[in-house]
Amino acid sequence: MATSDVARQGERNARPLSLSGHVGFDSLPDQLVNKSTSQGFCFNILCIGETGIGKSTLMDTLFNTNFENFESSHFEPRVKLRAQTYDLQESNVRLKLTIVNTVGFGDQMNKQESYQHVVDYIDTQFESYLQEELKIKRSLHNYHDSRIHACLYFIAPSGHSLKSLDLVTMKKLDSKVNIIPVIAKADTISKSELHKFKIKIMSELVSNGVQIYQFPTDDETVSKINTAMNGHLPFAVVGSTEEVKIGNKMVKARQYPWGVVQVENENHCDFVKLREMLICVNMEDLREQTHTRHYELYRRCKLEEMGFRDTDPESKPVSLQETYEAKRQEFLQELQRREEEMRQTFVQRVKEKEAELKEAERELQGKFEQLKRLHMEEKSKLDEKRKSLEDEMSSFSKKKAAAELLQGQAFTANSNLKKDKDRKNSGFM
Amino acid sequence: MHTAVSRGTAVKSMSEIVPPEVRPKPAVPAKPTHVVPSANVPHVHGSGAAGQGSGGGSTLLGYVGIDTIIEQMRKKTMKTGFDFNIMVVGQSGLGKSTLINTLFKSQVSRRSSGWSRDEKIPKTVEIKSVSHVIEEGGVKMKLTVIDTPGFGDQINNENCWEPISKYINEQYEKFLKEEVNIARKKRIPDTRVHCCLYFISPTGHSLRQLDIEFMKHLSRTVNIIPVIAKADTLTLDEKTEFKQKVRKELEVCGIEFYPQKEFDEDQEDKSDNDKIRETMPFAVVGSDKEYQVNGKRVLGRKTAWGIVEVENPNHCEFSLMRDFLIRSHLQDLKEVTHNIHYETYRAKRLNDNGGLHPVSSSNDTQESNL
Repeated sequence: MATSDVARQGERNARPLSLSGHVGFDSLPDQLVNKSTSQGFCFNILCIGETGIGKSTLMDTLFNTNFENFESSHFEPRVKLRAQTYDLQESNVRLKLTIVNTVGFGDQMNKQESYQHVVDYIDTQFESYLQEELKIKRSLHNYHDSRIHACLYFIAPSGHSLKSLDLVTMKKLDSKVNIIPVIAKADTISKSELHKFKIKIMSELVSNGVQIYQFPTDDETVSKINTAMNGHLPFAVVGSTEEVKIGNKMVKARQYPWGVVQVENENHCDFVKLREMLICVNMEDLREQTHTRHYELYRRCKLEEMGFRDTDPESKPVSLQETYEAKRQEFLQELQRREEEMRQTFVQRVKEKEAELKEAERELQGKFEQLKRLHMEEKSKLDEKRKSLEDEMSSFSKKKAAAELLQGQAFTANSNLKKDKDRKNSGFM
Repeated sequence: MHTAVSRGTAVKSMSEIVPPEVRPKPAVPAKPTHVVPSANVPHVHGSGAAGQGSGGGSTLLGYVGIDTIIEQMRKKTMKTGFDFNIMVVGQSGLGKSTLINTLFKSQVSRRSSGWSRDEKIPKTVEIKSVSHVIEEGGVKMKLTVIDTPGFGDQINNENCWEPISKYINEQYEKFLKEEVNIARKKRIPDTRVHCCLYFISPTGHSLRQLDIEFMKHLSRTVNIIPVIAKADTLTLDEKTEFKQKVRKELEVCGIEFYPQKEFDEDQEDKSDNDKIRETMPFAVVGSDKEYQVNGKRVLGRKTAWGIVEVENPNHCEFSLMRDFLIRSHLQDLKEVTHNIHYETYRAKRLNDNGGLHPVSSSNDTQESNL
C-alpha cells in the first residue's frame, strides 16, 4: 500500500527527525481540504436495474431531494443510459452529483446486448479522461470527472436467487466499476426469507467470481464499522419520498393497510446502512478506487492495445516517448511510401495517355496525308483536263482563224470578180 | 531529543519551552435542515448509448451527510502523508542553513560544525539534498531540503544557475517518466522542487546582477520566494527602502515571485496575496539559540546592544514568513508547482518530441511536420 511505500522509502533515505517546537504544518490537511472545498467535489453514481424496480425513488430518498424524474416505458427497443447532473450543497460543501440510470434494462425479449451499452458507457467516460490526460495542454484540475464512482445494482426481490442477466452483467462490470448490489423493494420479502436470500446471493456471486466492492478495512477508525457492513451485503432497501406521521414525527415511509414500513428504521430495512456506507463513510474511498484501480486498469489495457510497452523485447525499459517516436517514424515512412506509390502510378498513367495520344496523332497524320494525296491527284487530273481543254480550244480557234481567212480570201476574190464583171459590163455600153 | 550544540554559551535543547500552539480543531458542521443548492435547467436526451443532461437540484430536506467527505478526505491525506521539497539558494554565509533549521525547529540542514571553513568552497555549484521525516499533530511530512553550495561564490559566476535549473528540470523529467508509464505506481514519488528560497544579501542598495539573472531564468520554472538574509543589519527605514527598491527592480525586469499575480484565483485570493506581496521580500533573521527575555525563553541573537528576537514581529519578519510558507500556503505551493510549472514543462517537452497523443497520432504528426 502507499503508506508502507512511503514509510519504507522514508526509512531508506530520510531519517526521522524530532521537532523541538511547533512548526505548524499540521494545518496541511486543512489547507488541502480548504482547497478541495473551494473547488467542489463530484460524485457519479450508476444505477442498473429493471424498469420500475425503484431506482429513481431510491436516489430521491438517499439524497433527500426530489430529482425530477419521469417514468420510462417498458417498451424500449434498446438499453439506454440517461445521465443527469445536479449541484447539491450542504454547509460549505458543494457536490456535483451525476446520476446515471439505465432505461429499458431487462425489458427486451433478447437481453444479450443489454450489458454492452452499460459497459460502453463506462468505457467512454474512462476514455474521455484518458484523452484529457494525454493532451499536451491539459487542465486536469479543472476537469469535470465523469467516471462512474459507484454502481448500485438493483436485484429484484424474488427471494430465490440471482437472475442470469444479473450474474452476466455484474461479471462484466466488476473490473470496471465499484459494484454495490442492493435488493430493491425489500418490503416484499419477510425477514427469514431475506436472510436466506442474502446468503444465496453472496454465495452465487462468490462462486461465479464476481468481485463486488468491499468496504475498506485497513483504516482503524472505520475498519470496525466497515467489516460489520461487509457482512450485511447486499443491502435490502426500501425507498420512499412520502411521509407518514409516526408518533409525533413525520418520517419517510410506505403506508400499507397492514402497517407502515419506515425507511429509516434499521429493523425494517437497510437503507440507513446504505446511506452511511455510500455517502458518510466511503465516498472518498469509492472515488479513489475508481481512479487508482479501475481507471489505471483501463488505461493500461488501452495503451497496451495500441502497442505501447514499458519494456521492449530485450526487457530494457522503453519510455512511452521512444515507442511513440518509433511509431511516428513508422507512420511517416508509411506515408512516404504511399506518396511514392501514388507518384509512380501517376507517372505510369501519364505515359499511357501520352502513348495513346501519340497513336491517335499518328493516325490522324496518316489520314491527313492520304487525303492530301487524293487531293493532289484530283488536282493533277483536273489540270490535265484543263490542259487538254485549252489545247482543244486553241486548236479550235486556230481552225476557226484559218477558216475565216479562207473565207475572207474567197470573198475578196469574189468581189474582185464582181468588180471586174461590173466594169466589163459597164464597158460594153 | 537531539544533542545540544556545545558552544560555551548556555544553550538548552529546544524542548517544550516554547509551548506548541494549540491548533483549533475545525468546527464540525452543524446538521442543517434546509440547504439550498444551485439549480440548473434539466434537459435530458437519452439518444444512443448515453445522454448527458443537467438536472435541477432541489432543496435538500434533511441531512444527507455529503459534508462528511471533508473528514474522509482529511483522514485519507493524513494516512498517506505529505512530501515537501524546498531549495535554498544564496551565497555562502547568508544564513541559509540556520534559517531552515529555525523554520522547521530541528537540525534539518547539516551545517558545517563550528562554521569552520575546513570545507572548501566548491568550484562549481553543487546540489545536495537531504531528506527527513517529521511528524506533527498526526501529520507525517517528508521534508527534503536541497542546498546549493557554491552558488555565487566563484569569481566568474556566469551561468551559475544552470546546474540548479538542470536539477529542477531533472525532477520534472523523473515525474513525467513515471506518469507516462503504462503500469504506474499508485503514488508517484514527488521530488519536484516546490519552493525556492532565494537569499538576498542585505546591502541596502539594490539587487545584484547575479540575483536578477538567477531570478529571471528561474522564476518561470519554480516558485521563488525572495528573502532578505541577516536582516538585523538593516534599520527599519533602510529595510523599507530596500524592500521597495527590490520590488521595483523585480517588476522592471518582469520577474514574478511567488505568489504570482497571474495565478490568483478569485478576488479574495487576490486581496490576500496582494497584502503579502506588499511585504515581500521578507526580511528575516535566523537563530537556533535561546535566550531569556522578559521571563520567556525565545529564539534570538545576542549582540552587545541587545537581543534580536527571531519570532518577534517587531524585530524581523520571520514569523510572518513562517506562517505564510508553512501554515497557509504550503499546499498552494505544491499545487502551483504541480498544476502550472510541471504542466508547462510537460507541454514543452511533449511538443518538442512531436506529441504524446497515441489516438490521433496522424493529426499530431501532421501538425508537427508543419
